[in-house]
This record gives sequence, structure tokens and C-alpha cells, in this order.
Amino acid sequence: MNRQAQAVILFLVGVAVLRAGFTDLYLRYVKAELRPLLLLAGAVLIVAAAATVWYERRRTRASGGEEHEGEGSQPGEGGHVHREPRVSWLLVLPLVALILVAPPALGSYSAMRAGTALQQQPWGYPDLPSGDPLRLDLADYAGRAVYDHGRSLGDRRVKVTGFVALDGDGTPYLIRMALNCCAADAQPVKVGMSGELPPVLRPDTWLEVTGTYTGKRTKDPVNDGVIPYIKVSEAKPVRAPRDPYGES
Amino acid sequence: MTITKAAPPRADRPDAEESQGRRLDSPLALTMLLLLVVALQGPLRGALAAPVMQSWMTVFVAVVVQALPFLVLGVLLSAALAVFVPPSFFARALPKRPVMAVPVAGMAGAVLPGCECASVPVAGALVRRGVTPAAALAFLLSAPAINPIVLTATAVAFPGNPEMVLARFVASLIVACTMGWLWHRLGRSDWLRLPSRPSTEGLGKGAAFWGSVRHDVMHAGGFLVVGAMAAATLKAVVPEHWLRAAADNPVVSVLALAVLAVLLSICSEADAFVAASLSQFSLTARLAFLVVGPMIDLKLFAMQAGTFGRAFALRFAPATFALAVLVSVLVGAVLL
Repeated sequence: MNRQAQAVILFLVGVAVLRAGFTDLYLRYVKAELRPLLLLAGAVLIVAAAATVWYERRRTRASGGEEHEGEGSQPGEGGHVHREPRVSWLLVLPLVALILVAPPALGSYSAMRAGTALQQQPWGYPDLPSGDPLRLDLADYAGRAVYDHGRSLGDRRVKVTGFVALDGDGTPYLIRMALNCCAADAQPVKVGMSGELPPVLRPDTWLEVTGTYTGKRTKDPVNDGVIPYIKVSEAKPVRAPRDPYGES
Repeated sequence: MTITKAAPPRADRPDAEESQGRRLDSPLALTMLLLLVVALQGPLRGALAAPVMQSWMTVFVAVVVQALPFLVLGVLLSAALAVFVPPSFFARALPKRPVMAVPVAGMAGAVLPGCECASVPVAGALVRRGVTPAAALAFLLSAPAINPIVLTATAVAFPGNPEMVLARFVASLIVACTMGWLWHRLGRSDWLRLPSRPSTEGLGKGAAFWGSVRHDVMHAGGFLVVGAMAAATLKAVVPEHWLRAAADNPVVSVLALAVLAVLLSICSEADAFVAASLSQFSLTARLAFLVVGPMIDLKLFAMQAGTFGRAFALRFAPATFALAVLVSVLVGAVLL
């Protein structure tokens, strides 16, 4: 690949990264904190592309005879530095993936492959604030249901949001993926749904579920983790939230 | 830029002619490739609609997007270092006795950021400017592994395990210094083919800086894509219980990730995010991945062989690999 082609790739990667950073696209893949760095990286890539074109034009204009002499004393040595390795062509892949395909945030497929990753909060579970129904994080509900055995939940009505996934025999789960760092290490937190469910549940649709704690629980076949249940009284489809992931 | 004018024009010819031939085909090939992809985007999207492919792509893009800012930052700093700090500075700054120079050079790697692709030519330049090879090799191994950007990236990738950063720092520094001392005791100078001049010399500072940034981003970026593809495949395609089986055996897990680090050749600014995604494996196994990767992988082996000679690389690489695995296990046992 020569320098013009490299400049094109640098430029396009920079534009793709900037576009992802200026829209909410980047939230499908990484945490919101990365945004400033992402924008900076995109800008640097575009500057690097411009600089490449600029110096390349100067070089060809000067090529009447006065070129850079670095390679002069060692013929053949300079060549291998300039001939970019073929591996650079692979940069086209993320470009295509990010600009044309823009893959969705991880959904039910990834969630059902991985075991539930519910973690106990070391500092225990404080009393719930007031509110009816009370809006709770899905992982917060699951943690209280499993490790606190529902004590702090009692029979309060809570409202949780997540997407639907079905396991092999059609049991519906409400799931939120939790990120450690980026989508590559996302792990699901699963909550089973019982009670009054909509007749048809399609995987990957987002639901806002209102319900109460139930003592029912099951084991995740993948990693033997505990999956709590929620007794659903109302479930309505909602749009996917801006940031589809929760913190782990 | 005035320095460039005094050049003898001759020796650029073979390179220029060759790039003349390439100049026609690679932008053309790129344009055709991009046009083809745009034209076929309908069928392409259809083919990628299967859940496996979607989750593969999401993980793939996530690793690339997460690692790219750190890669760019590292490349910028290493280019600045390579262009604006003269190698003679290091020769003057290091102690004269090799035994003392090794740890100082190793620690210098912690302060001076250098991408691993840059560290090989920088180490070559150090040797040419009269730095003792043992110290230059310690710098070669430590600079990509423990520089501030890499350690920051590691902290970001392992938010729940800050001890990982310390473990990576300690293990990498031990390996780098030990390899330096080993070379000082056992190394023979005829194994080392003295490096020839890097090509950035004689260019203007700006041209050298941006040339280095461009080269490193293209090079390291390509290998990052390889690493991201492997991480996505492990995450989305390989059945979870295979990974669990490999991860459950402590010996297999360490060796598997160490070999994986060699094969993937990911840039050290980016490898922590790949390691973080391998969440089935123990922290010690992932530490081995992070210690081995920046020191020896396929790409570095090729670069070392090219810069220092094959006889050197064939001895240096296996020794580094074995030592890196050993030290990671020991440090992992103590710290993790």
C-alpha cells in the first residue's frame, strides 16, 4: 500500500471514529467516558492523513533530483520501512464495520451464551427510596433478590428495564449487559420473568417491566449462577435506552 | 526542512521506481474495494444479519474502538520521542558500567513511552550511538510494556483489579532487566548484526514525525485488527465450555494465553483490552498474556530479525518467551 492509499485509510478511519463519537453510536461498543479520547484520536488521524498528503506532494514536487537522502547510504534499507506491510489492508475491515454495518449493541445471542454475572455488593443493600412503582436498575433488583433474599424489596412494586432473551425451552428472561471496560467483556445480568407476560415475546425487544419480588429462582445452565425472578404485573415495550449497557 | 536539500539524489531510485509501480495499483485497489463494498452493502448486511455474525462484529468493533485512542496516543508520543530526542542523549544519560546501565535503561522505559514497533528501531539507534547492547535490549523490552500509556490502558481495562497494573509493571521490568543482564553475561557481539541507519534521518522534523505516526498507526492498526478478530472469535464463536476447560487448568491457561499473545501480535497499547475480554481465564494467565505480548510476538520477531540479525533473534526470542512466562507466574502468585 503506498502513501496516498494510507492517507485515505487514515482519513476514513478518523472520520468513522469522529462520527461514532459525535453520535451515540460509540455507546454500543464502549463506555461514555471514552468519548473525549475517541474524538481526539479521530482528529489526530485526520491530521496525520492531511500531513501525509502534504509531505507526499512536497516529495514528488522535489523529486526532480533533490529527494530525502536518508536511504542514500544504504540502498535497500530504506525500502523496507516505506513498503507498508500487507497487514495494513486489514484496517479496511473496521472501517466497513463501523461505517456501513454499525453492528448493534450486544443482545440476546451473546447474553444466552454467557453465564449470568451477578455480583454481590460488598457494602450490603440499603433501604429503597420511596416511590411507587420504584424505578430500579436491573442489576440492583437482581442483587437484592439473590443476596438480600428480597428483604429490602418486600412487596414493593418496582420498574426495571432490559431486553428479552429466551432460553432453549422458551423461558423468558429480562437481561441487561454489564460492561467492565468495553463491549468485548460485557457480561449479562439475567432476571427470569413470571406472572402476566405479553403473549408473544420477541428476543431483543426492550421491555419496561413493572412487578414485585418473588422467591422463585433458577440456575443458569452455563455457569450455575443464580437467576432470580420477578413477578410481572405489567410489561410494555420501550425504545432501547441511549446507553444500552449497565456498569458491572 | 533545509537539511534535505543537500542530499545526493541517487539511491532513492530503486525505491522510487517500485513505488511508481505501486502508486498506480494500491489507491486504485483501495477505491475498487470500497466501491465494491458500498455497491454490495445490501447483500453484505443480509449475510451479516445472523446473530453470531452480529455479536462477532460488535465485539470486533468494540475492541478496535476501545484500543484506538490509546494506540494513537502511544504512537504520537513515541514518534515525538524518536524524532525530537536525539539518541546520543541516552548514551550520555546512562551509567557507564553495563551492569548499572541495564536497570536504568529498564526504568527509562517506564518514563519514556515507546510503541513496540518504535522500540525496535529506537533500540537499534541506541546501539549505534554507543549505548551498551545489554542496556539497549533492556530498554527494547521494557519501553513498550511499562510505559505510562500502556499502564493507563491496563488500569482502564481492569477497573476492578488495580493490582493488575502493578503486577504488569513489576513482571515486565524484571524480565527486561534479567534479559539485559543475561545478554551482558552470555551474549556474544557476533550474534548482533549492528543495525543500519533508520530511514527517518535526514528528513525534516515534521516529515519524520508524521511519517512515523502514519507508519506506526498503519502497522500497529493492522495487527490490532488481527487481535480484535481473534478476541471476537473467542467471544462469539468458540463455545464457552471449551474456553472454560482451557481456563480451568492453570498450566494450560497460562501457556495458551502466552502462545496467543505471540500469535496475535497486538500492540501493547491495545492488548489490555483483549486480555480483559478473556474473562474466563485467571488473572495470572492474563498477566502472562500482557507480559509476553509486548516483548515477543510474530511481528516483533520479524522486526528484531530485520534490525539485529537472524542469529540474534533466534536466541533472544525463545529466551524472552520462557523468562516472561516464568516471571509472570511467579509475580502472579505473589501479587494476584
